[in-house]
Amino acid sequence: MTSVDLAAGTTVDDGSRPAVDLSDVVAVIGGFPVLAGVDLRVERGEIVLFHGPNGAGKTSLLRLCAGLLPLERGTGTILGMDVVDHRDELRRRVGLVAHANGLYQDLTVAENVRFWASMVDADASEVDGALDRMGLRGRLADAPIARCSAGQRRRTALACLVVRRAELWLLDEPHAALDAAARDQLDEIIRAAAASGATVLVASHELERTMALATRHVEVRGGQIVELPGG
Amino acid sequence: MAERIRWIRWQRTRAIAAKDLRVELRGRVLLNQVIPFSVLVLVLFGFAVDDDGIAQRVAPGLIWMATLFSLLVMVQRTFAVEAADGALDSLRVAGVDPTVIFWGKAMALAVQLAVLEIVLFAAAIILFAPTLRVSGVALLTATWIVSTAGLALVGTLYGGLTAGIQGRETLLPLLVFPVVAPVLIGATRAVESGLGTTGAAVSEGWPWIGLLTVFGAAFAAGGTLAFGPLIDD
Amino acid sequence: MANAPAGGITPTHDTGTRVTQVFGTLAALGVAWLCAFGLLFSPADRDQRESVRIMYVHVPSAWVAYLAFGVTAVASALYLLRSSHSLTWDRLAGASAEIGVLFMGVTLVTGMLWGRLSWGVFWTWDARLTSTAFLFVTFLGYLAVRRLGGTQHQRAKRSAVLAMLGVLEIPLVHFSVRLWRSLHQDATVARIDGDPDLDGLMLFSLFVGLIAFTLLYVWLVIHRQRALVLEDALEDHGLDAALVERRAEAALQGGGR
Repeated sequence: MTSVDLAAGTTVDDGSRPAVDLSDVVAVIGGFPVLAGVDLRVERGEIVLFHGPNGAGKTSLLRLCAGLLPLERGTGTILGMDVVDHRDELRRRVGLVAHANGLYQDLTVAENVRFWASMVDADASEVDGALDRMGLRGRLADAPIARCSAGQRRRTALACLVVRRAELWLLDEPHAALDAAARDQLDEIIRAAAASGATVLVASHELERTMALATRHVEVRGGQIVELPGG
Repeated sequence: MAERIRWIRWQRTRAIAAKDLRVELRGRVLLNQVIPFSVLVLVLFGFAVDDDGIAQRVAPGLIWMATLFSLLVMVQRTFAVEAADGALDSLRVAGVDPTVIFWGKAMALAVQLAVLEIVLFAAAIILFAPTLRVSGVALLTATWIVSTAGLALVGTLYGGLTAGIQGRETLLPLLVFPVVAPVLIGATRAVESGLGTTGAAVSEGWPWIGLLTVFGAAFAAGGTLAFGPLIDD
Repeated sequence: MANAPAGGITPTHDTGTRVTQVFGTLAALGVAWLCAFGLLFSPADRDQRESVRIMYVHVPSAWVAYLAFGVTAVASALYLLRSSHSLTWDRLAGASAEIGVLFMGVTLVTGMLWGRLSWGVFWTWDARLTSTAFLFVTFLGYLAVRRLGGTQHQRAKRSAVLAMLGVLEIPLVHFSVRLWRSLHQDATVARIDGDPDLDGLMLFSLFVGLIAFTLLYVWLVIHRQRALVLEDALEDHGLDAALVERRAEAALQGGGR
């Protein structure tokens, strides 16, 4: 990444470190340990499914990987960067799409993507490329988000991830509120992303579908990882 | 290299300001909700004061009080836009420099505030009929610019801290009002001098412009430094 | 009872040690001395007569209020600037703020009583009283922000930054109010801004008050800061207990599958 915003002294990641490497990670929200000692290692290009009961800590795990939830105890690196020391830099290379899409309701699909492009100095061709990949060209591109369907919004959010060149995709219940066709489309997008080098972590209740999609699946329970065999 | 970095940050700041203004243009919240609200506040002040002579004399103060109330609404709105769909989170995840977010949003807020103040000023002239004089125009314009800058900076700063989370938004007035008291004092006195409502001469207003400028500079610096730590959760 | 010593003191049933006993005794003596001088030995004022005695509480309270603000500001700065980011500074800032709010309240109330008794008005817009009122509200905001939750370091960083902004704000407010009041040369209201002319003994009593209140402040802050240490330690231990519970929950659910 020759991005101009790499600060001096950054740990330059040569792509050999695992995408996610967490060791006995504890994270706390309001005094409650949402993550109670997580050990996790994910290599680049994997598609990992996280499943587990509500309140198990799936969302918190994703938010921690996004740099939004601070580490209370333990150590971790994301894309080779320390979760505590290099939180700002790691954020730039990670994308999170949760229940909220991170979109501006009053702006159009294209305007949203263009805005995020301007945050990373991506040019117009990259914007068009991202819109293409997500099937958002044509009249749809000029539709305000408020008037788009859930599937279209989800795809817009993913287009923003693409335009931001995120290397680690964190998807929290991405299939929720999507119809069957939209879900299939989403799966294709995820496969394509992994094929082009991104690592994807998906938290989902949709076991059947995402199990087929994922290279590995992992159960989260009580704030910890319980790895299932055959993953 | 440093030049290029500065250029890029400026571009991003502008992009954020442009985005905020575009959202406002589409949603028209300022136009349809905040401005009517602020004029309504002025009218209600008129009812409360109930004396034309007094109302005329205190008109400058009423303008700025209405502005301050509207500032709260506008600040909450500008961050609600981000919080609505988790966009502030997204901005932080994208690793956008908090300073860029601060200045971008402050600039957009300043533009909207400036429009609001013009409308309020006109409304006050209509409602309370203070006299306008040509000699005061420069002073009034200077007041308009400097006060708007100070209010926008303070609003954005504390707005970021109190954004989005339930139980935090109610803190905004408590935090902001003590801080903007100097603006209320200074801007009111300056407008009084500009209009001559209390018999003040135009020249008496300029020291207040100095105070307001110092205020603005202080919070430009302070806000730039403090915004990042305050929004970091 | 918790056993790991935190912040240098061993949690027991109270936060008292030899140091606090010394300060406490001195403070008590100081206050007694102040009562003696303030109420008995010092003379009544020519104009204000007995009501001037409120000054011996009002002025020292104001002094302590600003001292507390200063301590909070410096402690906050030290938290931010020192690379160790030691929570001790944060707790000191918090303790000082809480005690400071107390003294600010006393300043405002005694100021209002004094005004009422001497000049017939509860509130005068003089710079000192108004600035103290703003300081009071600012600190209320600061304390509210301290209670917003999050980890201890998040709390510390947020409130430290807020304290720094307060350092920026308070002088601006004070200066604006002074400039503003200097425009009002009301002849009708007596020299409210001024304290009465002080003769030797009155000055001495005031001085006694300053010392007594400062000792009182120190004593209170030490206790409060230690209580905060215990609160934080409790939170940490609470986390350990919660972790155990959470992990047990995982095992339980595993058994049910």
